[in-house]
Amino acid sequence: MALVDIRNVTKSYGSTQVLKGVSLDIKEGEIVTIIGKSGSGKSTLLRCINALERIDGGEITVEGQPVRTDMPNLRDFRQRVGIVFQAFNLFPHMTVERNITLAPVLNKRIAKAEGRALALDVLERVGLADKIDAYPAQLSGGQQQRVAIARCLAMRPHLMLFDEVTSALDPELVGEVLKVMEDMARQGMTMVLVTHEMGFARNVASKIVFMHQGRVWEEGPPAELFANPRTPELQSFIASVR
Amino acid sequence: MRSFSLADFLSLLSALQWTAVLVLIALGLGAPLALLLALMRTSASRALRWTATAFLQLVQGVPLLGLLMFFYFGMPVFLGIEMPPLVAVGIAMTVYTASFLGEIWRGGIEAVKHEQWEAAACLGLSTWHQFRYVIAPQAFRMALPPTVGFLVQLIKGTSLASIVGFVELARAGQLVSAATFQPLLVYSIVAAIYFAACLPLTLWARSLEVRLNGAR
Repeated sequence: MALVDIRNVTKSYGSTQVLKGVSLDIKEGEIVTIIGKSGSGKSTLLRCINALERIDGGEITVEGQPVRTDMPNLRDFRQRVGIVFQAFNLFPHMTVERNITLAPVLNKRIAKAEGRALALDVLERVGLADKIDAYPAQLSGGQQQRVAIARCLAMRPHLMLFDEVTSALDPELVGEVLKVMEDMARQGMTMVLVTHEMGFARNVASKIVFMHQGRVWEEGPPAELFANPRTPELQSFIASVR
Repeated sequence: MRSFSLADFLSLLSALQWTAVLVLIALGLGAPLALLLALMRTSASRALRWTATAFLQLVQGVPLLGLLMFFYFGMPVFLGIEMPPLVAVGIAMTVYTASFLGEIWRGGIEAVKHEQWEAAACLGLSTWHQFRYVIAPQAFRMALPPTVGFLVQLIKGTSLASIVGFVELARAGQLVSAATFQPLLVYSIVAAIYFAACLPLTLWARSLEVRLNGAR
């Protein structure tokens, strides 16, 4: 059974239909990269998986459970499905440690010492253990984004969503964030990314999903999709990002 | 007739205690109410937002003097409820404080980026925890300078309580002035005492503004 099952999902903002019947399967351990022009609905789809947006029609299930913005166990669900944002969204008034441990401490009532150990553990995975006592403003953009990923990892999620996580970074900082994500992919984390990093999509993803005008236009393994795009839309998209 | 003496000055200073009592009542009761109003004004429920807005419009549209007169002179006439001056003044100052602080704090809450709520929600925090740990500390930082500024307004505003006969600093000034017949001297001293009470707060508010603007 797929970890995420998206069936015929529609979503409108006012009179603009952003998702026009999207269907997609994401299996455990898969690295799914959603590409497409801006306005194709890819970020919206990602936000729907995490119940950040209400869907108008169709159904999304994660681990067999229907996802709804008013689902009764939404808070538990959110801890199983982590999301990392383009703008990091760290809490500026808290240290890195507190950013990471806030949710485990409040939700799982873990002890203080345990929290620090947890923070160190996830920070080591993103290569920032030495920044545990820093404030977000003292870190570079790339470091902030790695802390945001660590904060997510501390929830021990079953699935991680990445919403254009390198788009706000200076070019020289993109690599360090992508490297962390490659490591996570190698360790078997199920990941769904919206990204403009075609190199990452090509080399790390197990599946590419090309969205166009609110629909899944084409999907498949990266080698196949990039070598033989079947539709003129994907051909011109690949040409434009090259 | 007697002339202004040290004893008069001390009586003014002791009346300052009642000014302080009024400020403490207004803050102690008004601040929780202000927080409630700020939360109602920023809540997702339209009914809560409208209720809070209506209350704020009503209170902010009436001068503090009007509120004082309503609770002291009006309540017995309209509702048949008589209150001692301290209670009437306390209620009026509380309502006044709640409405102005509530709006200052609402501004602070709204100044925190929406994404902070979203990020906190995505970590599975309850709505209360999102507010308590993520939003409120940031909102409070931004709202602190205007909050201290309002405190200065509040201290000076307590002088209006003198018109319902409550003996705080301004009313004590009237009494001393009537006894000594030296209004210019007495009221100058009263003004100086208010100034001395407010100056540290004004300076604090300014230093907070400089510090908080400097950081981040």
